[in-house]
Amino acid sequence: MNRTQITKVLIFLAALVPLGRLAWKAFHDGLGANPIEVITHSTGDWTLILILTTLSITPLRKLTRQYWLIGVRRTIGLFAFFYGVLHFTTYIWLDKFFDWHEIIKDVAKRPFITIGFSAFVLLIPLAITSTAGWIRRMGGKNWQRLHKLIYVTAVLGVIHYIWLVKADKHKPLQYAFVLGVLLLYRVGTWALEMRKKTAPPSARRRPVEATEA
Amino acid sequence: MLIKKPEIPSSEITSKDLYLNRRKFLAGAALAGAAAATGIAFRALASPSLTAAANAKIDGIQKSGLSAAEKQTPYKDVTNYNNFYEFSTDKYEPAGAAKDFRTRPWTVTIDGAVKKKQVLDVDSIIKMAAPEERIYRHRCVEGWSIVVPWVGFSLSELIKRAEPLGKARFVEFTTLYDPKQMPGQRVAVLKWPYVEGLRMDEAMHPLALLCFGMYGEVLPNQDGAPLRLVMPWKYGFKSVKSIVRIRFTDDQPMNSWQLSAPNEYGFYSNVNPNVDHPRWSQAKERRLGEFSKRPTLMFNGYDQVASLYSGMDLKKNF
Ligand code: HEM
Repeated sequence: MNRTQITKVLIFLAALVPLGRLAWKAFHDGLGANPIEVITHSTGDWTLILILTTLSITPLRKLTRQYWLIGVRRTIGLFAFFYGVLHFTTYIWLDKFFDWHEIIKDVAKRPFITIGFSAFVLLIPLAITSTAGWIRRMGGKNWQRLHKLIYVTAVLGVIHYIWLVKADKHKPLQYAFVLGVLLLYRVGTWALEMRKKTAPPSARRRPVEATEA
Repeated sequence: MLIKKPEIPSSEITSKDLYLNRRKFLAGAALAGAAAATGIAFRALASPSLTAAANAKIDGIQKSGLSAAEKQTPYKDVTNYNNFYEFSTDKYEPAGAAKDFRTRPWTVTIDGAVKKKQVLDVDSIIKMAAPEERIYRHRCVEGWSIVVPWVGFSLSELIKRAEPLGKARFVEFTTLYDPKQMPGQRVAVLKWPYVEGLRMDEAMHPLALLCFGMYGEVLPNQDGAPLRLVMPWKYGFKSVKSIVRIRFTDDQPMNSWQLSAPNEYGFYSNVNPNVDHPRWSQAKERRLGEFSKRPTLMFNGYDQVASLYSGMDLKKNF
């Protein structure tokens, strides 16, 4: 196994820890007075954490020059989707008990649900097209363009959290701060890129990332 | 267990003694297993409850005809899952954060439009009338509910003795402000101190409870010791905790949640399945310990208060 593969396995195991902890606690009376609330919050938290983690891969690999890190981004992204599915399922099943009428009303009427739902729906095409086959079929440029949707999901996810808390916005604002830093990095590199475009071609940056994935 | 069946005969509910024994056992196991935890486990063994001072039995508690004949929520849930923002916005934290909260000496200032302006010692208030056990449904605005055997007596007992003036149409309650003891108050999550208000006829209703105990014992700190209100037909936040001031007034007081989000929380905040919170539905609730949700009842099932609001548009006066 090479470095990427080993890291992937480690990430795979690490990403299952939050779910494992939930399951263990669920069977040991450890989820407290309101277990379903704990599950909703935990799965929501991990969806957002993993989305922000995928967004930090690019800055991390460039700043540390560990370019191989791109190889683990897909694993993390798919786990973000996995926790998103758990989060959404918790809502549909344990919160609304498949009351579709109520669910549709909620999605249409309650801004924080509308936003969360949009964030989740936008993750679906990204999960589907995450395979090497799809990258080939779509072509790197188009694939990259599509996967820019992750920025929208991340922003919507943070707004979802800000809008759902009752009064204490500390935690959602921490996520907002991290997202802000990650987006600023993009704005910064984009600005540099624009400057370089006016410079001679030899100074240009290395091409797209998807081809390395 | 994640999945709890709703219909458990009360004989099967873990009794508090058993629960405490289990805690002793766990503390014992921790002691054996982890050397690092020795100190904490020893304390847990030495005093089985984190709120030992609050565990004193209350004598002479009388039964009340106002009690609900429903399965009571386990003590450990009511004492480990608390919305008490003065200590933390995380419902699992007040149990620990309020552990050393000092509830004696404690005085309550009675002022405003009242004949007998005075500062009363909490122990003299508690002695004003015989303690009753009132088993009430308690519905949180967040959509969960509990059934608690509170101990106290009707708020009207205190109000009668204070002799409010004719112009006093409202009562305002204030929670202690003491950021040294109440770490949550060091952050401006709400405007401190916490205030709440009632219309005089609401405050005088027999259901309105001035509460200083639960489960036959002195109120634990995290549940609002030493003195709190319990307004069973209103959302939980109206049941103000750790009261230091009761002020009678002729104009309608604001309450802390209303100040924080006037479009979401009103003065009345009566439990009402037909008026949603702007951000979530209030039609159903999850009774702690139950898997399915149950429908929320108008006035939380306390129909006897309906006449207080006859002719009022409860959608506007939410
Ligand atoms: C990518 C999509 C999503 C992300 C990143 C996300 C993230 C989160 C986060 C971080 C929380 C708060 C956790 C906490 O308090 O610790 C949360 C809560 C919640 N989310 Fe989501 N969520 C997403 C999609 C959805 C969807 C699709 C629904 C339902 C249609 C939903 C419904 C909820 C509900 C009901 C809560 C709990 C609200 C409360 O406790 O008042 N979320 N979500």
